[in-house]
Amino acid sequence: MTIWLAVVGAGIGCYLLKLAGLSLPPRVIEHPVVERIADLIPVALLAALVAVQVLASDGSLVIDARLAGLATAFVLLLVRAPFLVVVFGAALVAALIRLWS
Amino acid sequence: MIRDSLGVGIATGLYGTSFGAVAVASGLSVAQTCTLSLVMFTGASQFAMIGVLAAGGTPLASALTALLLGSRNTLYGLRVGPLLEFRGGRRVAAAQLLIDESTAMSLNRPDRTLARVGFVATGLSIFVLWNLFTFIGAVAGEALGDPETYGLDAAVGAAFLALLWPRLSDSVNRIVALTAAAVALALVPYTPAGLPVLAAGGVALLFGLLSKHEDATEFPEAGR
Repeated sequence: MTIWLAVVGAGIGCYLLKLAGLSLPPRVIEHPVVERIADLIPVALLAALVAVQVLASDGSLVIDARLAGLATAFVLLLVRAPFLVVVFGAALVAALIRLWS
Repeated sequence: MIRDSLGVGIATGLYGTSFGAVAVASGLSVAQTCTLSLVMFTGASQFAMIGVLAAGGTPLASALTALLLGSRNTLYGLRVGPLLEFRGGRRVAAAQLLIDESTAMSLNRPDRTLARVGFVATGLSIFVLWNLFTFIGAVAGEALGDPETYGLDAAVGAAFLALLWPRLSDSVNRIVALTAAAVALALVPYTPAGLPVLAAGGVALLFGLLSKHEDATEFPEAGR
Protein backbone atom coordinates (compact mmCIF):
# COMPACT_ATOMS: atom_id res chain seq x y z
CA MET A 1 0.00 0.00 0.00
CA THR A 2 2.71 2.52 0.96
CA ILE A 3 4.61 1.52 -2.17
CA TRP A 4 1.54 2.43 -4.23
CA LEU A 5 1.37 5.76 -2.40
CA ALA A 6 5.05 6.45 -3.16
CA VAL A 7 4.65 5.39 -6.81
CA VAL A 8 1.62 7.59 -7.45
CA GLY A 9 2.75 10.48 -5.22
CA ALA A 10 6.26 10.72 -6.67
CA GLY A 11 4.79 10.24 -10.16
CA ILE A 12 2.44 13.17 -9.79
CA GLY A 13 5.20 15.19 -8.12
CA CYS A 14 7.53 14.58 -11.07
CA TYR A 15 4.77 15.69 -13.46
CA LEU A 16 4.22 18.89 -11.47
CA LEU A 17 7.98 19.61 -11.60
CA LYS A 18 7.76 19.38 -15.41
CA LEU A 19 4.67 21.59 -15.55
CA ALA A 20 6.36 24.15 -13.28
CA GLY A 21 9.29 24.31 -15.69
CA LEU A 22 7.02 25.13 -18.62
CA SER A 23 4.98 27.60 -16.56
CA LEU A 24 7.44 29.63 -14.47
CA PRO A 25 9.21 32.65 -15.96
CA PRO A 26 12.78 31.72 -17.04
CA ARG A 27 14.34 34.35 -14.80
CA VAL A 28 13.95 32.10 -11.73
CA ILE A 29 17.13 30.29 -12.76
CA GLU A 30 19.07 33.37 -13.69
CA HIS A 31 20.73 33.20 -10.29
CA PRO A 32 24.03 31.40 -11.01
CA VAL A 33 24.14 29.54 -7.68
CA VAL A 34 20.65 28.09 -8.17
CA GLU A 35 21.55 27.08 -11.69
CA ARG A 36 24.80 25.40 -10.61
CA ILE A 37 23.12 23.47 -7.82
CA ALA A 38 20.31 22.35 -10.12
CA ASP A 39 22.89 21.13 -12.64
CA LEU A 40 24.93 19.27 -10.04
CA ILE A 41 22.05 17.48 -8.28
CA PRO A 42 21.60 14.78 -10.95
CA VAL A 43 25.36 14.24 -11.10
CA ALA A 44 25.65 13.73 -7.33
CA LEU A 45 22.53 11.57 -7.03
CA LEU A 46 23.30 9.32 -9.99
CA ALA A 47 26.90 8.81 -8.81
CA ALA A 48 25.69 7.94 -5.31
CA LEU A 49 23.10 5.56 -6.77
CA VAL A 50 25.81 3.79 -8.82
CA ALA A 51 27.99 3.38 -5.71
CA VAL A 52 25.24 2.20 -3.38
CA GLN A 53 23.62 -0.05 -5.94
CA VAL A 54 26.87 -1.86 -6.67
CA LEU A 55 28.64 -1.97 -3.30
CA ALA A 56 25.99 -1.86 -0.56
CA SER A 57 24.13 -4.89 0.73
CA ASP A 58 21.93 -4.84 3.84
CA GLY A 59 23.74 -1.93 5.45
CA SER A 60 27.30 -3.01 4.75
CA LEU A 61 29.75 -2.72 1.87
CA VAL A 62 30.52 -5.86 -0.10
CA ILE A 63 32.38 -6.66 -3.28
CA ASP A 64 30.63 -9.25 -5.43
CA ALA A 65 29.55 -9.99 -8.99
CA ARG A 66 27.80 -6.62 -9.22
CA LEU A 67 31.19 -4.83 -9.34
CA ALA A 68 32.23 -6.96 -12.32
CA GLY A 69 28.92 -5.98 -13.91
CA LEU A 70 29.71 -2.30 -13.37
CA ALA A 71 33.22 -2.71 -14.80
CA THR A 72 31.61 -4.28 -17.87
CA ALA A 73 29.24 -1.33 -18.16
CA PHE A 74 32.19 1.08 -17.89
CA VAL A 75 34.04 -0.60 -20.75
CA LEU A 76 30.88 -0.79 -22.90
CA LEU A 77 30.24 2.94 -22.31
CA LEU A 78 33.85 3.73 -23.30
CA VAL A 79 33.27 2.05 -26.67
CA ARG A 80 29.94 3.92 -26.99
CA ALA A 81 27.68 0.89 -26.83
CA PRO A 82 23.94 1.69 -26.74
CA PHE A 83 22.08 1.81 -23.41
CA LEU A 84 20.45 -1.62 -23.73
CA VAL A 85 23.77 -3.32 -24.52
CA VAL A 86 25.38 -1.64 -21.50
CA VAL A 87 22.61 -2.67 -19.11
CA PHE A 88 22.13 -6.24 -20.27
CA GLY A 89 25.90 -6.72 -20.82
CA ALA A 90 26.45 -5.89 -17.14
CA ALA A 91 23.68 -8.28 -16.13
CA LEU A 92 25.11 -11.07 -18.28
CA VAL A 93 28.62 -10.77 -16.80
CA ALA A 94 27.26 -10.74 -13.23
CA ALA A 95 25.08 -13.77 -13.98
CA LEU A 96 27.97 -15.73 -15.53
CA ILE A 97 30.24 -15.00 -12.54
CA ARG A 98 27.54 -16.26 -10.17
CA LEU A 99 27.07 -19.34 -12.31
CA TRP A 100 30.77 -20.24 -12.16
CA SER A 101 31.49 -19.34 -8.53
CA MET B 1 13.50 15.66 -38.70
CA ILE B 2 10.50 13.57 -37.69
CA ARG B 3 12.58 10.56 -38.69
CA ASP B 4 15.33 11.69 -36.30
CA SER B 5 12.74 12.01 -33.55
CA LEU B 6 11.37 8.55 -34.24
CA GLY B 7 14.90 7.14 -34.19
CA VAL B 8 15.50 8.62 -30.75
CA GLY B 9 12.07 7.37 -29.71
CA ILE B 10 12.81 3.80 -30.74
CA ALA B 11 16.27 3.76 -29.13
CA THR B 12 14.98 5.20 -25.87
CA GLY B 13 11.70 3.30 -25.84
CA LEU B 14 13.49 -0.01 -26.22
CA TYR B 15 15.36 0.44 -22.99
CA GLY B 16 12.02 0.50 -21.27
CA THR B 17 12.44 -3.29 -21.33
CA SER B 18 15.40 -2.96 -18.95
CA PHE B 19 13.38 -0.71 -16.66
CA GLY B 20 10.43 -3.12 -16.65
CA ALA B 21 12.63 -6.12 -15.95
CA VAL B 22 14.63 -4.58 -13.10
CA ALA B 23 11.56 -2.94 -11.57
CA VAL B 24 9.81 -6.27 -10.99
CA ALA B 25 13.18 -7.69 -9.90
CA SER B 26 13.20 -4.94 -7.25
CA GLY B 27 9.90 -6.14 -5.88
CA LEU B 28 7.36 -3.95 -7.69
CA SER B 29 4.29 -5.51 -9.24
CA VAL B 30 3.72 -5.28 -12.99
CA ALA B 31 0.92 -2.76 -12.31
CA GLN B 32 3.16 -0.56 -10.15
CA THR B 33 5.94 -0.75 -12.74
CA CYS B 34 3.60 0.32 -15.56
CA THR B 35 2.09 3.08 -13.42
CA LEU B 36 5.56 4.52 -12.88
CA SER B 37 6.23 4.65 -16.62
CA LEU B 38 2.82 6.20 -17.33
CA VAL B 39 2.66 8.79 -14.54
CA MET B 40 6.27 9.56 -13.64
CA PHE B 41 7.67 9.09 -17.17
CA THR B 42 11.24 10.22 -16.57
CA GLY B 43 13.79 7.43 -16.74
CA ALA B 44 16.39 8.47 -14.16
CA SER B 45 13.75 9.11 -11.48
CA GLN B 46 12.08 5.79 -12.21
CA PHE B 47 15.36 3.88 -11.95
CA ALA B 48 16.23 5.82 -8.77
CA MET B 49 12.93 4.92 -7.16
CA ILE B 50 13.30 1.19 -7.77
CA GLY B 51 17.02 1.32 -6.90
CA VAL B 52 16.32 2.78 -3.46
CA LEU B 53 13.43 0.35 -2.87
CA ALA B 54 15.56 -2.63 -3.92
CA ALA B 55 18.27 -1.56 -1.47
CA GLY B 56 15.70 -1.70 1.33
CA GLY B 57 15.02 2.03 1.50
CA THR B 58 11.65 3.30 2.69
CA PRO B 59 9.01 4.27 0.11
CA LEU B 60 9.40 7.87 1.33
CA ALA B 61 13.17 7.90 0.71
CA SER B 62 12.62 6.40 -2.74
CA ALA B 63 10.00 9.04 -3.57
CA LEU B 64 12.25 11.89 -2.39
CA THR B 65 15.18 10.62 -4.47
CA ALA B 66 12.95 10.36 -7.53
CA LEU B 67 11.62 13.90 -6.99
CA LEU B 68 15.12 15.38 -6.54
CA LEU B 69 16.21 13.81 -9.82
CA GLY B 70 12.97 14.93 -11.44
CA SER B 71 13.79 18.55 -10.60
CA ARG B 72 16.15 18.58 -13.57
CA ASN B 73 13.09 18.50 -15.84
CA THR B 74 12.02 21.83 -14.29
CA LEU B 75 15.32 23.23 -15.51
CA TYR B 76 14.69 21.87 -19.01
CA GLY B 77 11.19 23.37 -18.96
CA LEU B 78 12.53 26.80 -18.07
CA ARG B 79 14.82 26.57 -21.10
CA VAL B 80 12.42 25.20 -23.70
CA GLY B 81 9.27 26.91 -22.36
CA PRO B 82 9.88 30.28 -24.08
CA LEU B 83 10.87 28.39 -27.24
CA LEU B 84 7.73 26.26 -27.42
CA GLU B 85 5.21 28.78 -26.03
CA PHE B 86 2.55 26.14 -25.32
CA ARG B 87 -0.47 27.57 -23.49
CA GLY B 88 -3.46 26.22 -21.58
CA GLY B 89 -4.43 22.62 -22.24
CA ARG B 90 -1.58 22.05 -24.68
CA ARG B 91 0.92 23.04 -22.00
CA VAL B 92 -0.69 20.68 -19.48
CA ALA B 93 -0.37 17.83 -22.00
CA ALA B 94 3.09 18.81 -23.27
CA ALA B 95 4.47 18.92 -19.72
CA GLN B 96 4.30 15.14 -19.42
CA LEU B 97 6.57 14.82 -22.49
CA LEU B 98 9.24 17.10 -20.99
CA ILE B 99 12.27 14.80 -20.61
CA ASP B 100 15.95 14.76 -21.59
CA GLU B 101 15.43 13.61 -25.16
CA SER B 102 12.49 15.87 -26.10
CA THR B 103 14.44 18.83 -24.69
CA ALA B 104 17.50 17.94 -26.71
CA MET B 105 15.46 17.57 -29.90
CA SER B 106 13.73 20.94 -29.57
CA LEU B 107 16.69 23.15 -28.61
CA ASN B 108 18.63 24.87 -31.38
CA ARG B 109 15.82 24.65 -33.91
CA PRO B 110 15.58 27.61 -36.27
CA ASP B 111 11.95 28.48 -35.43
CA ARG B 112 9.05 27.76 -33.10
CA THR B 113 7.23 25.36 -35.40
CA LEU B 114 10.28 23.13 -35.83
CA ALA B 115 11.01 23.28 -32.10
CA ARG B 116 7.44 22.13 -31.40
CA VAL B 117 7.60 19.37 -33.99
CA GLY B 118 10.90 18.11 -32.54
CA PHE B 119 9.54 18.22 -29.00
CA VAL B 120 6.20 16.53 -29.65
CA ALA B 121 7.43 13.91 -32.15
CA THR B 122 10.28 12.86 -29.85
CA GLY B 123 8.24 13.01 -26.65
CA LEU B 124 5.24 11.15 -28.00
CA SER B 125 7.17 8.37 -29.71
CA ILE B 126 9.19 7.79 -26.53
CA PHE B 127 6.05 7.89 -24.37
CA VAL B 128 4.28 5.24 -26.43
CA LEU B 129 7.30 2.93 -26.83
CA TRP B 130 8.65 3.42 -23.30
CA ASN B 131 5.33 2.32 -21.83
CA LEU B 132 4.92 -0.57 -24.25
CA PHE B 133 8.42 -1.89 -23.58
CA THR B 134 8.12 -1.32 -19.82
CA PHE B 135 5.15 -3.67 -19.88
CA ILE B 136 7.00 -6.26 -22.00
CA GLY B 137 10.07 -6.06 -19.73
CA ALA B 138 7.98 -6.33 -16.56
CA VAL B 139 6.09 -9.39 -17.76
CA ALA B 140 9.33 -11.01 -18.97
CA GLY B 141 11.09 -10.15 -15.70
CA GLU B 142 8.29 -11.70 -13.69
CA ALA B 143 8.45 -14.89 -15.78
CA LEU B 144 12.22 -15.12 -15.23
CA GLY B 145 12.00 -15.46 -11.46
CA ASP B 146 14.97 -14.82 -9.14
CA PRO B 147 16.66 -11.62 -10.41
CA GLU B 148 20.10 -12.49 -8.97
CA THR B 149 20.38 -15.54 -11.21
CA TYR B 150 20.21 -13.28 -14.24
CA GLY B 151 22.34 -10.48 -12.82
CA LEU B 152 19.43 -8.04 -13.00
CA ASP B 153 20.55 -6.46 -9.71
CA ALA B 154 23.85 -5.61 -11.41
CA ALA B 155 21.93 -4.13 -14.32
CA VAL B 156 20.57 -1.32 -12.12
CA GLY B 157 24.05 0.01 -11.29
CA ALA B 158 24.93 -0.17 -14.98
CA ALA B 159 21.79 1.80 -15.86
CA PHE B 160 22.71 4.58 -13.41
CA LEU B 161 26.24 4.75 -14.81
CA ALA B 162 24.87 4.98 -18.36
CA LEU B 163 22.53 7.81 -17.31
CA LEU B 164 25.42 9.62 -15.59
CA TRP B 165 27.93 9.06 -18.41
CA PRO B 166 27.15 12.05 -20.70
CA ARG B 167 27.62 14.41 -17.73
CA LEU B 168 31.08 13.06 -16.89
CA SER B 169 32.79 14.89 -19.75
CA ASP B 170 32.99 17.91 -17.43
CA SER B 171 35.86 17.86 -14.90
CA VAL B 172 33.91 19.55 -12.06
CA ASN B 173 31.11 17.03 -12.57
CA ARG B 174 33.62 14.19 -12.27
CA ILE B 175 34.85 15.56 -8.92
CA VAL B 176 31.27 15.99 -7.69
CA ALA B 177 30.41 12.46 -8.83
CA LEU B 178 33.37 10.88 -7.03
CA THR B 179 32.75 12.91 -3.87
CA ALA B 180 29.05 12.05 -3.84
CA ALA B 181 29.79 8.36 -4.33
CA ALA B 182 32.33 8.43 -1.48
CA VAL B 183 29.92 10.25 0.87
CA ALA B 184 27.14 7.78 0.11
CA LEU B 185 29.39 4.74 0.66
CA ALA B 186 30.73 6.16 3.93
CA LEU B 187 27.17 6.54 5.22
CA VAL B 188 25.94 3.07 4.19
CA PRO B 189 26.95 1.28 7.43
CA TYR B 190 25.52 3.99 9.70
CA THR B 191 22.25 5.13 8.16
CA PRO B 192 19.07 3.42 6.98
CA ALA B 193 18.99 2.45 3.29
CA GLY B 194 17.95 5.32 1.05
CA LEU B 195 19.50 8.06 3.18
CA PRO B 196 23.09 7.79 1.83
CA VAL B 197 21.88 8.72 -1.67
CA LEU B 198 19.80 11.66 -0.43
CA ALA B 199 22.73 12.86 1.70
CA ALA B 200 24.95 12.74 -1.37
CA GLY B 201 22.63 15.37 -2.84
CA GLY B 202 24.19 17.67 -0.23
CA VAL B 203 27.46 17.41 -2.15
CA ALA B 204 25.72 19.11 -5.08
CA LEU B 205 24.51 21.85 -2.76
CA LEU B 206 27.96 22.40 -1.30
CA PHE B 207 29.79 22.45 -4.64
CA GLY B 208 27.12 24.70 -6.13
CA LEU B 209 27.57 27.22 -3.32
CA LEU B 210 31.37 27.12 -3.21
CA SER B 211 32.53 26.64 -6.78
CA LYS B 212 32.71 29.38 -9.38
CA HIS B 213 32.20 26.99 -12.21
CA GLU B 214 30.69 28.91 -15.13
CA ASP B 215 27.79 27.64 -17.17
CA ALA B 216 27.67 24.07 -15.99
CA THR B 217 24.35 23.52 -17.74
CA GLU B 218 24.50 20.54 -19.98
CA PHE B 219 21.71 19.31 -22.08
CA PRO B 220 21.53 15.66 -22.85
CA GLU B 221 22.69 14.52 -26.25
CA ALA B 222 19.89 13.10 -28.28
CA GLY B 223 20.12 9.76 -29.95
CA ARG B 224 21.80 7.63 -27.34
